[in-house]
Amino acid sequence: MTAPFDLSDDSVVVIVGTGAGGGVLANELAQKGVSVVALEAGGRYLPEDYINDEWESFGQLAWVEPRTTSGDWRVARDFPNLPAWIVKAVGGTSIHWAGASLRIQDHEFRARTEYGNVSGANLLDWPLTRAELDPWYDKAEKKLGVTRTNDLPGLPGNNNFKVFEAGAKAIGYTQVNTGHMAINSVEYDGRMACQQTGFCFQGCKWGAKWSSAYTDIPRGEATGNLEVRANCHVLRIEHNEQGLVNAVVYSDADGNEQRQSARMVCVAGNSIESPRLLLNSASSMFPDGLANSSGQVGRNYMRHTTGSVYGVFDKPVRMWRGTVMAGIIQDEAHNDPSRGFVGGYEMETLSLGLPFMAAFLDPGGWGREFTSALDSYENMAGLWIVGEDMPQETNRVTLNTEVTDAFGMPVANVNFDDHPNDIAMRNYAYMKGMEMYDAVGATRTFPTPPYPSTHNLGTNRMSENPRDGVVNKFGQSHDIPNLYVSDGSQFTTGAAENPTLTIVALAIRQADHIAGELSKGNL
Amino acid sequence: MNSQTSREGLTRRQLLSRSAAVGASFVVGAGFVAGADAAWALETQALSPESMAALIQLARDIYPHDRIPDENYVIAVKVYDTADAAPAIEAGIAALDAVAQGRGYPSYLGTPWERDRVAILREMELSPFFQSIRGGLVTGLYNQKAVWPLFGYEGESYSEGGYLHRGFDDINWL
Repeated sequence: MTAPFDLSDDSVVVIVGTGAGGGVLANELAQKGVSVVALEAGGRYLPEDYINDEWESFGQLAWVEPRTTSGDWRVARDFPNLPAWIVKAVGGTSIHWAGASLRIQDHEFRARTEYGNVSGANLLDWPLTRAELDPWYDKAEKKLGVTRTNDLPGLPGNNNFKVFEAGAKAIGYTQVNTGHMAINSVEYDGRMACQQTGFCFQGCKWGAKWSSAYTDIPRGEATGNLEVRANCHVLRIEHNEQGLVNAVVYSDADGNEQRQSARMVCVAGNSIESPRLLLNSASSMFPDGLANSSGQVGRNYMRHTTGSVYGVFDKPVRMWRGTVMAGIIQDEAHNDPSRGFVGGYEMETLSLGLPFMAAFLDPGGWGREFTSALDSYENMAGLWIVGEDMPQETNRVTLNTEVTDAFGMPVANVNFDDHPNDIAMRNYAYMKGMEMYDAVGATRTFPTPPYPSTHNLGTNRMSENPRDGVVNKFGQSHDIPNLYVSDGSQFTTGAAENPTLTIVALAIRQADHIAGELSKGNL
Repeated sequence: MNSQTSREGLTRRQLLSRSAAVGASFVVGAGFVAGADAAWALETQALSPESMAALIQLARDIYPHDRIPDENYVIAVKVYDTADAAPAIEAGIAALDAVAQGRGYPSYLGTPWERDRVAILREMELSPFFQSIRGGLVTGLYNQKAVWPLFGYEGESYSEGGYLHRGFDDINWL
């Protein structure tokens, strides 16, 4: 039974965004009896709606409203209006994610202490330890049904994994397996097992991969405490004379402006839209935007040090068959500055279909050097590098007042320069990836530049001291006690791991915290 | 393209008799361009047949795949054969021809060796014309389902139940 709440009902918690952060938070609060209105800019699509065709699916799910880019990253040149490949739909990017579910390592929560003073980096320790978060990681792994946890078996390895595993072993790696995946290896939680269909990035048509779209959200709605309003694009957050937030203004599905009163607001629109919303909500009391007394809103944008390596062999691999990212090597995930950089990286299997391979193998490339690579598509194996990138104050999301969206609001500009540590790590990882494939007979290997960002992090970061960041260790803003951030923008540092499991763990923990504060009358 | 293979019911011999060769790969006649072997023909609307022939050659030179027949390149570029798009295309082809003439060839299409045409394109690769044609081909060519089998790509598998029982792990040469 979906709850209908009145626009003037000021007892509701308003959540902006319904992905891994907002969608989970909405359900967890609803389960505890808290009234929630979740505003989602996109429409509602379920497994039967997903399209297993790369460009058609991109048109269905991707956030394609204008954004701009600047800085020395290659994405700014190759995809100037597409800094990120993220989803606009009920369920958010949890529809598109690959399912890789890793806990951030203990030392990565203490990045500033462990890595020291890295020139040009704005490193900071999280105000949270791994031990403190572990109980919520346990809950997140159970919720998502992560393989290799809770006695759930690993997924079987596909052709791409077999090449990856053989290459890894050939160069002496030992920590290689089919990953910790939120993709069912056996039936779990009412969802079926993976059928090795491919197209994990286009939404799982079997529902074998966890997404808030068809788990947390309908369960939250079933409590009668959650109303999800789709196609409602939030424009700004308002506050009262005491400086507490009290309403969210949005454009509804018919394009009419609405104002939902709120007891508190949780922002979960991803690391680009969340800071944009806080900045677009500037007022005379908060001229630099909400929760921004530190000046850190929008800063320290991180996207992981990524890149891909494709190897071509003399015989077919058919990498597109099966689970896209069920393969990981963790031998390089530790911190060992003797490699020439701080932090570590994961290597994970990756494949793209032919249409996206043509777009992303070497954006802008042409001629026979390019086409002879694609001619070997059937014989390719591929992997993705996911490494810790350095937070930098100048890597930031700002408002571009010269470009406005359909609602007349300034769009986000994403400025990003690679840090020398990022470049050193990427080049090292490229060499290792090529070495792996060469060791099992590759005839040609391609280091491939980073795609538009799928991991967007850090733009409203957690900090112990309000001077250093935007929110505290519960995601509560330092400046405005009833304003929370509930997505990956909370991350103090990026760590080497795919971020979704941590976003989910933080959302469950934040729900426990908010429910406690509400019952104590603190909010 | 098959529907247009035999233009107005013309036989291959008749079609060739009404056309003249442009470059090595194409023939043009009044309002149409065809493959030199007359395996396909395309009536043009807004573009001159000569410019359409140059555009097809340009597409092949940008993304040369020897196993992809001309027809798929034709499908990728015929979207420019409209009143709105044609002026910029005609200007772009004229610029290509000018670079070719500067190198001593009669035109871009009249530059017989691929190596020499590619050198002409390298000179122009930062131009908005080149970039727009190249960018359009990324989807215009590679998103044609008809070319996927030429790369071995199988597309969606959901309708057949995925690859769980159809070879997701059938690699046998490692």
